[in-house]
Amino acid sequence: MAALGMNADGLRRDERLERLRLFGLSSPALLLILVVLVIPVGWLFYVSFIGANGQFSLENYERMINRSSYRRIFFTTFQVSFLTTGLCILIGYPLAYFISQLPAKLANLCLITVLLPFWTSLLVRTYAWLVLLQKQGLVNSWGMSLGLWDEPIKMVHNMTGTLIGMVHIMLPFLILPVYGAMKAVDADFMKAAANLGASPRKAFWTVFFPLTTPGLFAGALMVFILCLGFFVTPAVLGGGKVIMVSMKIVSNIELFVNWGAASALGVVLLVATVAILWVASRFLNLDQIAGGGH
Amino acid sequence: MPSDTPSDALPITVRHVTKTYGRVHALDDVSLDVKSGEFLTLLGPSGSGKTTLLMVLAGFTRPDSGSLKFGETEVIRTPPHLRDVGMTFQSYALFPHMTVAGNVGYPLRLRKVAKDEIARRVERALETVQLGGFGERRINQLSGGQRQRVAVARAIVFEPRILLMDEPLSALDKKLRDQMQIELRQLHEKLGMTTVYVTHDQREALTMSDRIAVVNKGRIMQLATPRDLYERPANRFVADFIGDSTFLPVTRQGDTISFAGQPLVHTAPAPDSAELALMIRPERIVLGGGTEGANRFDAHVSEVVYQGDSYLMYARLKDGSQIALRGAMRGAGDLPEQGANVTLTLAPEDTILIDGGEG
Ligand SMILES: Nc1ncnc2c1ncn2[C@@H]1O[C@H](COP(=O)(O)OP(=O)(O)O)[C@@H](O)[C@H]1O
Ligand SMILES: [Mg+2]
Repeated sequence: MAALGMNADGLRRDERLERLRLFGLSSPALLLILVVLVIPVGWLFYVSFIGANGQFSLENYERMINRSSYRRIFFTTFQVSFLTTGLCILIGYPLAYFISQLPAKLANLCLITVLLPFWTSLLVRTYAWLVLLQKQGLVNSWGMSLGLWDEPIKMVHNMTGTLIGMVHIMLPFLILPVYGAMKAVDADFMKAAANLGASPRKAFWTVFFPLTTPGLFAGALMVFILCLGFFVTPAVLGGGKVIMVSMKIVSNIELFVNWGAASALGVVLLVATVAILWVASRFLNLDQIAGGGH
Repeated sequence: MPSDTPSDALPITVRHVTKTYGRVHALDDVSLDVKSGEFLTLLGPSGSGKTTLLMVLAGFTRPDSGSLKFGETEVIRTPPHLRDVGMTFQSYALFPHMTVAGNVGYPLRLRKVAKDEIARRVERALETVQLGGFGERRINQLSGGQRQRVAVARAIVFEPRILLMDEPLSALDKKLRDQMQIELRQLHEKLGMTTVYVTHDQREALTMSDRIAVVNKGRIMQLATPRDLYERPANRFVADFIGDSTFLPVTRQGDTISFAGQPLVHTAPAPDSAELALMIRPERIVLGGGTEGANRFDAHVSEVVYQGDSYLMYARLKDGSQIALRGAMRGAGDLPEQGANVTLTLAPEDTILIDGGEG
């Protein structure tokens, strides 16, 4: 009988020890997350419920619902994010497809070119666009000297400029996951489709595109969420005409020193982001379960 | 083609097809006739050009030159999606975003077949590969053998007159592979489409094929029935690649061919080449004196291995070369000891002389 439970206690103790050790190893990371994430976010929540008189109040949230200026800011934020994401898809997907079809060496070169903006300061890139797009900028002077248009076109300090800058900055976030998904499509799939009678166009839409949509979805989600909280580019290239939530947060603090109002905006942005991620992750997971196996 | 009458199969005519990759001759002036309704296997070592030839037939590889006809129609410049041949891939290439029925119905949807007709034909194709009722499964819920069957169902559902298969069983374990060999062969007998099958496994090729084309370095070394290939290999490469043989050097003097000074009796004529070799299959050479008129060799037993149903003996001939001999245990009695002197017999019809040069 004794043989049945041989060394059971000792083995159990080893297992417990191992878990404890694992926990011990991850504790610095857990502590860091607690300090830099959980505590500030908790504090943000707390402050957002403090009114101007220092008492608990919902006035910071009521303001967002009652004032049309706030509603417009939220509308603009989502509008800019949607448009940027849409443009990134329209430009990024074909570009990723093109790169994925190139021979390896050329493809790597192209990817580095796509990634180059990542290694340049966001501020520098944004001001570079300002220089290029302004009234006397390179684009306008070239366009006019080539006779494409007669009057300088207003391409900056408005929605157009904001979108140009944001699409440029967001493009890598879309291209990388899409490119990854495209490289993961087994070349035999496309051969099989052709062999079964699919023209190249048909094979693309019935096989290649469906197999790369998870990557496209992941990239688009990333772009959209990053756009929601964007500050520098719309601030510089929007010229005060494109006001997004992040800019309102800054003005609430710097101009009005109203931490409560700023925090409430932050909380709403955070909640919106988490909600979108939650909904999307359900779709992504579903898709992986449904289309997985590779 | 899951109907009861075989469709009209098409013969395949390959003429002077050449394909080079840099300095590699993947296909070197290949000509080949596949008869209508035949099961023909391309057999060869890895890198010999089997896949390249299959890809030329399917239209995925554009050869440098040559002609390819399906029936009377020249198709060498026809794009793959218009060739109307069924094909299974080594990786199966089943679309992971479609169900089993979605995969099998795919070629029918492309051909704009009516919905209820698609459902009927998909189910029939699945029944043909013994997967009736599996239509709603997802691909990742299937085992390797089931995936292989789905791939076959998808390749035959649109009733192509030519079927191409690239090492379809290589990813399966041995037991399943043996079973699928029989099943694929039966399927071919039922559907009757011209089939070109690729494998590097000689046993698989011998089991399944009407004829086998042995491929090496982009060239067809011999095209023959399994039996002819095994018993009358055209050259050293084929003899070496199929079965485990020993080759003994022989000399020719006029019409007489001798091994170590001993004239050989042989029924099949020797090839007309400068260098000749005597091919000895382990199961064709026998222990003991045998009948009158056979070739006898004195030998010295170097090792005997008991293998249950049979025994394997290594023996050294008087010129010093070592040969292998395999005999059935049934009725063998006591096996000779290591070091014993024995006589080995090779019947005249098993005395095969081949071109001794390398392929
Ligand atoms: N796309 C390719 N690029 C360069 N070389 C290739 C390519 N495809 C095949 N080859 C070469 O052609 C030869 C035949 O290959 P393959 O037909 O795949 O052989 P098998 O299928 O018999 O193993 C090999 O030497 C291989 O390296
Ligand atoms: Mg191959």
